[in-house]
Amino acid sequence: MSTYAKKQGFGATLWDFMTTVDHKKIAILYLISGGLFFILGGLEAMFIRIQLAVPDNNFMSAGVFNEMITMHGTTMIFLAAMPILLGIMNAVMPLQIGARDVAFPFLNSLGFWMFFFGGVMLNLSWFLGGAPDAGWTSYASLSIHSQGHGVDFYVLGLQISGFGTLIAGINFLVTIINMRTPGMTYMRMPMFTWTTFVVSALILFAFPPLTVGLTLMLFDRMFGANFFDAAAGGNTIIWEHLFWIFGHPEVYILILPAFGIFSEILATFSRKRLFGYSSMVFATVLIGFLGFMVWAHHMFTVGLGPIANAIFAVATMAIAVPTGIKIFNWIFTMWGGSVRFTVPMLYAVSFIPSFTMGGVTGIMLAAAPADYQYHDSYFVVAHFHYVIVGGVVLGILAGITYYWPKIFGTMLNETLGKFTFWLFLIGFHLTFFIQHFLGLWGMPRRVFTYLPGQGWDISNLVSTIGAMFMAVGVIILLINIIITSVKNVRVGNDPWGDGRTLEWAIPSPPPFYNFKQLPLARGLDAYWIEKMEGKKEMTPAEPLGDIHMPNGSIIPICITFGLFVASFGALYNMDADKPWTIPVIIIGLLITFGSMLIRSIKDDHGFHIHKEDLMDDKDKEVKA
Amino acid sequence: MHVEEKFTDATWPAAPETATLEGKNKYLGFWLFLGGETVLFASLFATYLALKDKVPDSGMLLAKDLYEIPLTFAMTMILLTSSLTSVYAMYHMKNNSFQKMQTWLLITVVLGFSFLALEVYEFNHYVHLGHTFTSSAYGSAFYTLVGFHGAHVTFGLMWFLSLMLRNAKRGLSLYNAPKFFVASLYWHFIDVVWVFIFTVVYLMGMVG
Ligand code: HEM
Ligand SMILES: [Cu+2]
Repeated sequence: MSTYAKKQGFGATLWDFMTTVDHKKIAILYLISGGLFFILGGLEAMFIRIQLAVPDNNFMSAGVFNEMITMHGTTMIFLAAMPILLGIMNAVMPLQIGARDVAFPFLNSLGFWMFFFGGVMLNLSWFLGGAPDAGWTSYASLSIHSQGHGVDFYVLGLQISGFGTLIAGINFLVTIINMRTPGMTYMRMPMFTWTTFVVSALILFAFPPLTVGLTLMLFDRMFGANFFDAAAGGNTIIWEHLFWIFGHPEVYILILPAFGIFSEILATFSRKRLFGYSSMVFATVLIGFLGFMVWAHHMFTVGLGPIANAIFAVATMAIAVPTGIKIFNWIFTMWGGSVRFTVPMLYAVSFIPSFTMGGVTGIMLAAAPADYQYHDSYFVVAHFHYVIVGGVVLGILAGITYYWPKIFGTMLNETLGKFTFWLFLIGFHLTFFIQHFLGLWGMPRRVFTYLPGQGWDISNLVSTIGAMFMAVGVIILLINIIITSVKNVRVGNDPWGDGRTLEWAIPSPPPFYNFKQLPLARGLDAYWIEKMEGKKEMTPAEPLGDIHMPNGSIIPICITFGLFVASFGALYNMDADKPWTIPVIIIGLLITFGSMLIRSIKDDHGFHIHKEDLMDDKDKEVKA
Repeated sequence: MHVEEKFTDATWPAAPETATLEGKNKYLGFWLFLGGETVLFASLFATYLALKDKVPDSGMLLAKDLYEIPLTFAMTMILLTSSLTSVYAMYHMKNNSFQKMQTWLLITVVLGFSFLALEVYEFNHYVHLGHTFTSSAYGSAFYTLVGFHGAHVTFGLMWFLSLMLRNAKRGLSLYNAPKFFVASLYWHFIDVVWVFIFTVVYLMGMVG
């Protein structure tokens, strides 16, 4: 496959990305689309803050405001944060364990396209009669009665993108269990790989309840079922349970990869191994496990009774223990290290106090009786933005900056990076710190405006100004990306100079087969060990030989496109005046199942890169 | 071992489904997938239990008035037997006897279809008694849980059939052995779910 290095036209590149099964290219697809959705969600956030900047504002109507907050939350969680993290996992995890690709390259591509089409579907609602307006939690009591098709777009969009995420989760689990390079035992895996592992397990067990919840909602809204219709014996609390059995693990699905990223960064730029590695692993697994035991803390005020509330309150507080272990380990990693304050390190250092504040308010919320006061107020908004923005988004910004050279082969500008960092950090605290107090002063969440003279005016204005800071920070990041890509200064294997793990032992970006010879991992921080012994490369674990690679395929797009078409049929099926919906459903499903059939009937054995070709390009390297 | 390798009975590996890395991955990935499916059905069971006998007016039929244990017992036996026949099929797969495997798979498929036919009959019967998908929350929950299972059975049958047809002329290889194997895993899973449905829905439905 010598076409790899050739310069391609735009069409060919597009086709390449549409059919690729290479985890590094799929990672780029995730990052680009996740990034676009992040910008979209960010714009929605700005509109929300503009509306709330002053009392009695009429920048947008109450109805549009509801659509705006729903789409902001849904977009940020499902279409921005998660895909960007999946992108970083795709880019980095296989390299960290010394694998040539993930276990199921074809499914990897399928998972991406499902996320992508699901996201497009959800956002098309803006143009097709209105976006969903029942909140990102879409409680059945609201969503069942929501007019128009907004909620249907929510249900189908999330259903499709949820399948994609589930596929990615299974894929990563199998990859980590089966494809580690010789010597890479579980307890030698880099922390980011560990968090990917645990997060994938969370995805596997958390997404099916969401699938079921969405299916019930779909049946109720589109096919006349009565799950949530009290008049016919239904019960809306079922939705709340299903949603939060998914929803709480989901917040850990978001934060654990960020924990992993920060663990890598803190060790790298402290030039020390991660403090308490095994307790970090233990804490990660424990957080993953406890994450499933606490969902009802979102339902304290539903009236489940004092015993249920007490059990869930205690379980929730227990999560603070493993989280605390992590916080201290990070601090001890820096302790006595020779710390370098690069941009990723700045994010990491500021993450620790920011996230801890979110954890502290979490514990406050976990006290069930007190939660009756906090619930559905801006205090909750402040809490989850402290953990999500102060944890997940800082993690994403840090991860993007840190792994940029490995993914794209160029280094983002550090000065511009520092501008982004400071603007974003200051803006973040400016926006959300005051919201704690707004909540305590009685401002409810999800209100489209408020009357003057309640003591909320200045605080809301401050919050909006903070949001502007963050927006400017993100714009500078975009400028940084453009400048860096235009300059296109290529970097070597280990551009930060202190890389510890396998991904830094190979070129940036790596060749499409990643490792010419699988590396031998001789301990935790395998590359660092070799460096300490004065070597420049990893010790190979196998002789140079043929490498087996999978073929690209257009079928993943076809499968997903069929589902996309069928969804439109299902969505309009409830309108009596649209007889074309049934044929559309059938055509869509035919496309999907037809493509699946083709996939299973057509043998695809992949291809081999021959040993001689590999040697050739080794010689070339030596000459250059 | 390599996917395109040719085998004799003597060289055919004891566990052909996991003899290649692709096979190992499929095998593990499918087990994990079944883990997710378990949670999916658990959610459906929970929903069903919460909504069992929840109907809008007291004149409507409830679980104990509806269910026919003899019929569902027959369905249970048929599906359990089909699980056994698929085990025989896998036994022959491991011994590289392709034709015998196909025969046992065919028996499995026939049993699967008779199960489905009885289920269609059962649903049709209930609908005529006024217990429908839209008549009550109970109806929605019942048809969703049992129907999801029925859809799984249908998908499993299609899967078996397409594998059998696709490979009819070319026999076993390390490329398709894992495919047959995970399809049969899927079939067992469907069977286990049915055992729970029989217990939780039908048997427990009789005691009220
Ligand atoms: C020590 C850890 C944590 C504790 C004890 C905790 C506790 C809670 C509690 C009790 C609530 C419900 C408040 C209410 O609605 O009245 C809540 C809401 C929330 N938490 Fe946390 N939390 C923790 C960490 C996190 C993390 C790490 C994330 C995400 C990365 C997160 C995201 C959220 C979100 C999104 C909500 C609001 C959901 C909504 O109603 O829209 N939390 N948290
Ligand atoms: Cu929670």
